[in-house]
Amino acid sequence: MTKLPLPIRVGIICIAAAAIAALAAFGDQTSLRFASRIAIMGLAAVAVDVVLGYAGLVSLGHAAFFGVGAYVTGALALIGHTEGLIVWPVAVGAATLAALVIGALALRTTGVYFIMITLAFAQMFYYGANAMPGLGGADGFRLPFRSTIGGMPLDDPRIFFLLCAFLLIAVLLLARRASFAAFGYTLRAARDDAIRSAASGIENYWLRLAAFTISGAIAGFAGVLSANLTLYIAPSSVLSWHLSAELLVMVILGMAGTLYGAVVGAAIFLTLVEIISHYTDFWAMYVGIAVIARVLLIRDGLLVALRRLVTT
Amino acid sequence: MSIAFIAEQSFNALQLGLMLFLMAVGVTLAFGTMRLINLAHGSFFMLAAYFYAWIIAKTESGFAAWIGALAGLAVLAVVIERVIIRPLYVRDHLEQVLATFGLILIFNDLVMMIWGRDPVYVPLPDVLSGHVMLGEIAYPTYRLVITAVAIIIGLSIWYLIARTRTGGLIRASADNRAVVQALGANVDRLGAGVFALVAVLAGIAGIMTAPLIAVTSGMGDAVLIQSLVVVIIGGLGSIVGALVGALLVAFVEVFGRTFLPMALGSTSGFALANMAIYLLMAMTLIWRPFGIFGKPQ
Repeated sequence: MTKLPLPIRVGIICIAAAAIAALAAFGDQTSLRFASRIAIMGLAAVAVDVVLGYAGLVSLGHAAFFGVGAYVTGALALIGHTEGLIVWPVAVGAATLAALVIGALALRTTGVYFIMITLAFAQMFYYGANAMPGLGGADGFRLPFRSTIGGMPLDDPRIFFLLCAFLLIAVLLLARRASFAAFGYTLRAARDDAIRSAASGIENYWLRLAAFTISGAIAGFAGVLSANLTLYIAPSSVLSWHLSAELLVMVILGMAGTLYGAVVGAAIFLTLVEIISHYTDFWAMYVGIAVIARVLLIRDGLLVALRRLVTT
Repeated sequence: MSIAFIAEQSFNALQLGLMLFLMAVGVTLAFGTMRLINLAHGSFFMLAAYFYAWIIAKTESGFAAWIGALAGLAVLAVVIERVIIRPLYVRDHLEQVLATFGLILIFNDLVMMIWGRDPVYVPLPDVLSGHVMLGEIAYPTYRLVITAVAIIIGLSIWYLIARTRTGGLIRASADNRAVVQALGANVDRLGAGVFALVAVLAGIAGIMTAPLIAVTSGMGDAVLIQSLVVVIIGGLGSIVGALVGALLVAFVEVFGRTFLPMALGSTSGFALANMAIYLLMAMTLIWRPFGIFGKPQ
């Protein structure tokens, strides 16, 4: 596993802690909403990194789990269920189930097949949602209410942001703990040499399926939070394959295989988009140029480039 | 439900299948020869349609538009191959996915900047705008002609790959690129040639489809994903697989859209029809994880 030197890691933690504290103290509605978006997309990018960095599988279909989480939350809100302690587990459970089924089929292959199959299955959800007139079809729908937690409303953007940040940190710590447990080591063994790990008695398929399913659950959770942030759900916003690709971009903008690198990448990506879209409607083009430049010129991700600057 | 109606739907499915084949054969050849996964393949489909619409609006000559659009596309493909794609042959698939996704973002926005956000309509050629009587069905001449053109192109691809020296090199470098290079063939030029060829094939499909649909930014995305489904079903790297997969997907798509809403009512039928080709893909994967004609890597 690529590891960053201590000063950089401590630096990132300090910046993150300072940012959260400053936002909690002085943040206005706009900045709190934007910070919540970073936390939510960071959570989804962490989900992608679990599969990409630890299992070594390129999933181009995580929008499906994000979208299922969002859609179930929204559909339940439409029929009047908003208690998060009930709705959220149901929505995350639905995303988990979707990941289990898609993973069971896609993981029988590897490499390019895996990429294309995850993409195609996510697209199935996209077109399925487009054809559901009860949920607004292609236009999507507005959620009537935000979820509540134990009856407590989440309408205050400060409380909502702190909840997102808390959940993101909790998931990061849990995933980090898992990565140093037998689960994480065997997963990396299966990534680095599938034949040897199989010969040592590791069940590659089931191990990867477990990782993929957990990853789907995390992405679904991000979708639940996203539905509560925007209160608006459409296939093109939560199920589009561009979202899946953008999550991959976030992971590699930071650094794959570190978990927190995905959050750094999400922050960089969303800030970049925010700034460019102030100047032009065609921000996607500049994102495209940035992605190609990252792949062709920097090669290892911004955090690794930073390490090179620090250590040489 | 008359026989004539089913026959007409079958013709439509055959035509869609051949268009998908022109796209899917490019995906499969690019992977087969260069181990490249190219998401920007749909962009070639879109760009050709825009080039064609633009030239035909300026010159009012269909012939000039065909030649100009395809030549422009080939030049663009060679430049993209040289600058962006070639360094990626030796890199992993993740970086190929990301860089070609970047290309999609650029092209989708570029066409909007140049030609605007509104859909561009491409006129049918006058000679081909009528109908031909096939027995008792009046079938649009244009659809019949593009079906015939697609069959001719399909046969030419088959001849090129199976019977010529270039085709032999393409097949050989699919098996072992390093050995082909060691034997003195210029695999870099071969790669550039194949990339331009598959771009032109996607372009032909784009131009021929343009008068039937609105030309918009992002029109390539949907076609790209359909052709990926074709390749997953048929097997990556197999040209026969691309043909079989394309026809299977097209028939399921066309007949699903016609019959599922009739059988299940419009709401659930429409939803299922939207998902039908992906369910077909799932069933194929349970049966053969690497596609019907594919080999495990």
